[in-house]
Amino acid sequence: MLKIKDLRASVEGKQILNGLNLEVKPGEVHAIMGPNGAGKSTLANVLSGNDKYDIIGGSVDFGGNDLLDLSPENRSREGLFLSFQYPVEIPGVSMVNFLKTAVNEHRKYRNLPPLKAGDFLKMMREKKELVHIDSTLTNRSVNEGFSGGEKKKNEIFQMAMLQPKLSILDETDSGLDIDALRIVANGVNALKSKDNATIVVTHYQRLLDYIVPDYVHILYKGRIVKTAGKELALELEEKGYDWIKEEMGE
Amino acid sequence: MGDQDKLLNEVTQREYQYGFVSDIETETISKGLNEDVIRLISSKKKEPKFMLDYRLKAYRYWQKMDMPKWAHLNIPEIDFQDIIYYAAPKSTPKYESLDEVDPELLATFDKLGIPLQEQKQLTGVAVDAVIDSVSVKTTFKETLSEKGIIFCSFSEAVQEHPDLIQKYLGKAVPYTDNYFAALNSAVFSDGSFCYIPKGVRCPMELSTYFRINASNTGQFERTLIVAEDDSYVSYLEGCTAPQRDENQLHAAIVEIIVEKGAEVKYSTVQNWYPGDKNGVGGIYNFVTKRGICKGDRSKLLWNQVETGSAITWKYPSCILIGDDTVAEFNSVALTNNYQQADTGTKMIHIGKNSKSTIVSKGISAGKSSNAYRGLVKVGKNASNSRNFSQCDSLLLGNQCGAHTFPYVEVANNTAIVEHEATTSKIGEDQIFYCNQRGISTEDAIGMIVNGYAKEVINKLPMEFAVEAQRLLEISLEGSVG
Repeated sequence: MLKIKDLRASVEGKQILNGLNLEVKPGEVHAIMGPNGAGKSTLANVLSGNDKYDIIGGSVDFGGNDLLDLSPENRSREGLFLSFQYPVEIPGVSMVNFLKTAVNEHRKYRNLPPLKAGDFLKMMREKKELVHIDSTLTNRSVNEGFSGGEKKKNEIFQMAMLQPKLSILDETDSGLDIDALRIVANGVNALKSKDNATIVVTHYQRLLDYIVPDYVHILYKGRIVKTAGKELALELEEKGYDWIKEEMGE
Repeated sequence: MGDQDKLLNEVTQREYQYGFVSDIETETISKGLNEDVIRLISSKKKEPKFMLDYRLKAYRYWQKMDMPKWAHLNIPEIDFQDIIYYAAPKSTPKYESLDEVDPELLATFDKLGIPLQEQKQLTGVAVDAVIDSVSVKTTFKETLSEKGIIFCSFSEAVQEHPDLIQKYLGKAVPYTDNYFAALNSAVFSDGSFCYIPKGVRCPMELSTYFRINASNTGQFERTLIVAEDDSYVSYLEGCTAPQRDENQLHAAIVEIIVEKGAEVKYSTVQNWYPGDKNGVGGIYNFVTKRGICKGDRSKLLWNQVETGSAITWKYPSCILIGDDTVAEFNSVALTNNYQQADTGTKMIHIGKNSKSTIVSKGISAGKSSNAYRGLVKVGKNASNSRNFSQCDSLLLGNQCGAHTFPYVEVANNTAIVEHEATTSKIGEDQIFYCNQRGISTEDAIGMIVNGYAKEVINKLPMEFAVEAQRLLEISLEGSVG
């Protein structure tokens, strides 16, 4: 589904990714961990097409498409979803209008007619139940005045609405209390299928208690330096990142 | 340049949709302005003597005046002798049936989406179509006259209802009011007249559509609306002009008289040609609009969406004379490229318990400049009067400017006057967030801007609201971030 080869990228003239390789297959959950500044968020932003980041080299194949060649909106329409670390507030634009536009753009891309208002609202109700999101949130403007936890839940709700092939959760656990964390994780798990995949970007092991990864990768200095099963996360939790630095001979 | 900027630039270069010129045979007089020109206009319109006298008084007054300089606008020198003051489609000035209408002219209005064939009217809007200096067609006149409503061109009203014209002309906007009001009073050619008799609720929206077609001409129209006791009317005004390298002057006057218990709602979607992306050409829109809430409990609402014109200078105002009167001003003004707008309102409270509300939403993009200028004045007898003003500015990119000039003068200590203001910006992060959900940059900007302007757009009559939303979307150019 996703094949990243030798990806190199920079932001504001500073190279962050230094030849990253990663392959994700349908049905898999990958966790990407690493210390601050390792390039975790850069990877999420580069994959979703944020133009503040410059690609220096490498390639990314997404379901047979050259991902780096697609506009951010077409990456989304192809089924790539980013759960933002810092979801953005858009005053005056209701969640309903925002999501209706998004869903119908996705449908248009697949040559489907727009959803009828009734069908759309029904879909919203179902997905809200699935991820246990408070029904009043969707009556408000996009993320406006939402608490940190509400914003993250809202990201997962949008994910449920757009039904992506590949979801990238960028530090979705940051700023969440344990109850919110559980709701978010349950939402992600409920959406999991054998056809879609998830990349969980996180600092901490605790999210991985709920979203169990098939692979854990350690990102360090813009490269994946270690890959193993879920036990790697526990090892990291125990030993901290200094252990990696030592292993890297620093 | 990032992909996003490139896309934004492409959006910027979208052409003005109404910029075509129709090939209509036009009768024009020669350029320049003097008393003979004014006499000529008056005689062409076969006006009674009181009209000519009014024009000449206004002209003589105008000659002693200077162009106002106080607005936050950079207005190039205007050579008033280089303008044609009268242009009219040839052949008959007013058509009895559509069969007589120049097909090119019909096609013009078709292209603009203004149906002149009554049977094609689905929305129940009566239209007065004004092209260059004259009104060419008013629809639904008969239906309206059954209720005693007069809706016709201004010239026709001068002929057929001289008493009403003489009674109300210049009552809200006297020719001495300002430079452009004086000029208009001297040379105005046509416009609409609307009279709603006592107790009548006008059964359909009335609308005037203004179109400039001829080159080198100025358009000086005049609208007069009189709502007698306990009557109601909703009035719409739309306008477009061809795309030209020259600047054309549009100096209009709108006067509204609202009697006891009556209500008038006046909505404008102003879409004069704004000039190209380098600021060449475009209409100078210098307009004086004022209404008087004369009787007790009368109500006047100004709703405007301004997206056109190279320069806009316009302050639809209300004088609240009666007790318990209500006035509202709801405005969205969008400027882009090199457009300049200095717009706002004046609310003059004279009657007791008079209430006014001002909601102004400025949207600036490109290298444009957008100013809100408002005056709230409470007279010494206006006990318990209230005003609430809200002025918001939205900036797209970092080369545009937004300014707010609120003036408040209160002479009665029981009055309550509130003012709120905000400034915000469309951020790259907002656009990217929308992109990531599959929404294109163009649609994202349209959605954000419409969300911002929603409060005002919702006040427009349905079909106008849709038009206004679309206009905001297509008028948006300029860079973000």
